[in-house]
Amino acid sequence: MKLKNYGEGIVKGMAVTMKNALRRPITTQYPEQKLNVSRRTRGNQLVWNKEACIACSMCARACPVNCITMVTSRDENKKLKVDKMDYDAGVCIFCGLCVEACPQKCLFLSTDYEKARYSRKDLQLTKEDILMTEKSKPSGYYSPEHEAKLPIQTLLIDRK
Amino acid sequence: MTLRTETFILNAGPQHPSTHGVFRMRFTLDGEVIQDVEPVFGYLHRGIEKLAEGLTYSQDIVFTDRLDYLASMTNNQAYVLAVEKLAGIQVPERAEYLRVIMAELMRISSHLMAVGFLLNDIGAFLTPLLYMYREREKILDLYDMVCGQRLTYNYMRIGGVSQDIPEEFVPALKRFIDSLPRFIKEYEQLLETNEIVLIRTKNVGTLSKESAINYSAAGPVLRASGIKWDIRKADPYSVYSRFKFEIPTGIKGDVYDRYRVRIEEMHQSIAIIKQAMEQIPQGEIQTKVSRVLKPAKGEAYGRIEGPKGELGFYLVSDGGTNPYRLHVRPPSLINLTALRELLIGVKIADAMAIFGSIDICVGEVDR
Amino acid sequence: MSIFSNVIPTVIHAAPLAPDWPSGFWSHLIIFVVILFIFYIFMAMAFIYFERRVISRFQIRIGPNRIGPFGLFQPVADVIKILIKEDIIPGNVDKIIYILAPAVAVVPSILVFAVIPFQNGTALIDLNIGILYIVAISSVSTVGLVMAGWSSNNKYALISAMRIIAQVVSYEIPMALAILGVVLFSGTLSMNGIVQAQTVPYILLQPLGFVIYFLASMAEINRTPFDLLEAEGEIVAGFNIEYSGFKFALFFLTEYAEAIAVSAIITTLYLGGWKGPFLPPILWFLIKVFAVFALIIWVRATLPRLRIDQVMGFAWKCLLPLAILNLLITACQVVFWPALSQWIIAGVNIVLSAVLVVLWSRFFRLTGDKVEA
Repeated sequence: MKLKNYGEGIVKGMAVTMKNALRRPITTQYPEQKLNVSRRTRGNQLVWNKEACIACSMCARACPVNCITMVTSRDENKKLKVDKMDYDAGVCIFCGLCVEACPQKCLFLSTDYEKARYSRKDLQLTKEDILMTEKSKPSGYYSPEHEAKLPIQTLLIDRK
Repeated sequence: MTLRTETFILNAGPQHPSTHGVFRMRFTLDGEVIQDVEPVFGYLHRGIEKLAEGLTYSQDIVFTDRLDYLASMTNNQAYVLAVEKLAGIQVPERAEYLRVIMAELMRISSHLMAVGFLLNDIGAFLTPLLYMYREREKILDLYDMVCGQRLTYNYMRIGGVSQDIPEEFVPALKRFIDSLPRFIKEYEQLLETNEIVLIRTKNVGTLSKESAINYSAAGPVLRASGIKWDIRKADPYSVYSRFKFEIPTGIKGDVYDRYRVRIEEMHQSIAIIKQAMEQIPQGEIQTKVSRVLKPAKGEAYGRIEGPKGELGFYLVSDGGTNPYRLHVRPPSLINLTALRELLIGVKIADAMAIFGSIDICVGEVDR
Repeated sequence: MSIFSNVIPTVIHAAPLAPDWPSGFWSHLIIFVVILFIFYIFMAMAFIYFERRVISRFQIRIGPNRIGPFGLFQPVADVIKILIKEDIIPGNVDKIIYILAPAVAVVPSILVFAVIPFQNGTALIDLNIGILYIVAISSVSTVGLVMAGWSSNNKYALISAMRIIAQVVSYEIPMALAILGVVLFSGTLSMNGIVQAQTVPYILLQPLGFVIYFLASMAEINRTPFDLLEAEGEIVAGFNIEYSGFKFALFFLTEYAEAIAVSAIITTLYLGGWKGPFLPPILWFLIKVFAVFALIIWVRATLPRLRIDQVMGFAWKCLLPLAILNLLITACQVVFWPALSQWIIAGVNIVLSAVLVVLWSRFFRLTGDKVEA
């Protein structure tokens, strides 16, 4: 291929740019439009199902950055119960090793990602803040029953 | 009357729009020509190799994500390979095929970023970069579907992968792979015959064959200088020996050849993914491995062909739950040893183009 | 209007200019100057908005659309932001030159608007050496940029100042030679005269001259692919690296004023100014100016930038000989065949330009080493 440098390549490049200019833009106007996140997303907070927990502290031992602090004690029936469970959402790296380590499958990550706060102290949560209620949105990471309930993720390859 | 000239020192400091991350270069300039360069790095040192000695083998996977944060899957794969060599663990077939698919998708994404940023440094005001990002976004959507994150995946485990792929993954992957060659061809048309790109990249920053071998360069930098060396063919790991693909090489070793090699490698990755999707068997995805792994005493070195070069992990174990020593062979840092030879005698505008074509990631250089 | 024509002319007298303007030299001057300033500021803001929206469409994204309906108040927000920033003067700069530099840069680019015709005969003053005045005045703003680069006491600014001198001086010559071709065809240097002499738009009569003038003027106003004077990648922001606040706003405004001026000049010289069939002439003028600016934006969105020695090689080895050849051909046509129909001359010129460009590219090497595929 002989190089013709009278500007043909530049004109071809400009044709490509013009063709792209006539496509629909791919931006999403947040916060008016929001996309569906993935069903297995590792969102910004832990969700804890207190009834099924047996206070084994496997989650605190599996964490690589030590962001879960568990203090347990035995009650009158000689069963373990949780006294204090402090979770520091500012230190957590959302790797999901704690969710994987739990033998009772009572710990989940959430699908929420709008968890910004104004001061660092607001991010240090106690066990009441991460209890599972109707309003908390557990995600489907390592839990197929929650994954089936969530809507399907919007993909860029579907929007044309 | 003779003219007296002086050289002056210019500091392309840690904060600069063109150095990919916090990387500092002190140039000694004579007019516009560079006489000497002194790279200074270490601004992103986090002590990963020391921190890894305080955690177990399966918790260390989280740290390997953050080494080269633009290509996390291949980092995971290299580390897990090293541990499996050390402990002698077999990986089931379906897990190997899944690992290959994820690693090749990662290679496409990393090369897209490298080419896009190279063109941004030459001066095309963000337009080719945003076209690349549109395609990379589709890859990140696929990863989001499988493991829930877009940048630091934590997907591979010792003995397999962590989760199986959902059913909507395979049709989406097929649609993406079918649409990608057309996009790469359109991208080539934007830049292949563009005279300005050719004038800025040809015969600039030439690395000869002997120099490339002497500096132990690896990856696209080595292949662009004309040497056919790819670890997937020379020392095959995983199931790469079952796929048919070629190794693209360059002729001269200038910036244009490195750019061409990366685009051709994207085509080869597409071919590998298509073959892997046909051959993938059913089965389990992780062998049973105890939660805290205690391998026997010894050492192992596991290496893979990452998008930036040969990424290797050297592990020494003393029989306990934590590794005794973990060392990373970072491809970006070792490719950078050629920087001084490449930059002496060129102008400043070329310096940024050469630096962008080596394609470093500062998280790997500093660890 | 009638107040002015009754009260003032007994005190001041001057030649009345256009029939539909109030008579009286000073009233015409003051009203037009005020109108020009308003025009200049609105066009600068409109160009900033237009550029940001159009470049975003080339990059498959939406531009600014949050402030005001369709983002129309975005330039107002930009201006307010720049004006309330702190005006820092670094310690060891050369104070007088540092403070004077933005003023020296911005004033000549506004002075160019004095001779551009918006309608038939409607300019601030219709000098009969119009185009020569423009070429002379527009080179003065370079001195302002070099003053800024030198006085900043910063090595990045110094590199940028040296590059500015080299580039701007080299591209003055092909620019002036391309304008001479237009002047030969129209026979007059006055801008209104050039527009009125265009029965066929000069872009068809002088395609080579249009390309040369377009490229040379893009190099003068520091636009891609010649924007290495303030290249973000290498010399972070070039000569205006130490400026902030209102002085930086003046430099920013200079760039856009020069872009508007260049678009207006190209419209007047090559596209036929305010001529057009149905709409009022001022509307045709604005449409053509925006069309030329859209072409400039399209080039900016696609091409990377050149290196300084390639830029100089391009000016001296490629544009200058082609400009001289263009002048030679035009002079031959004007002297030997003055009565030939202009459409035939247009056809001959287009074919000749294509042949010249292809021929020149075979012999042309930018930096001395051969580029092969």
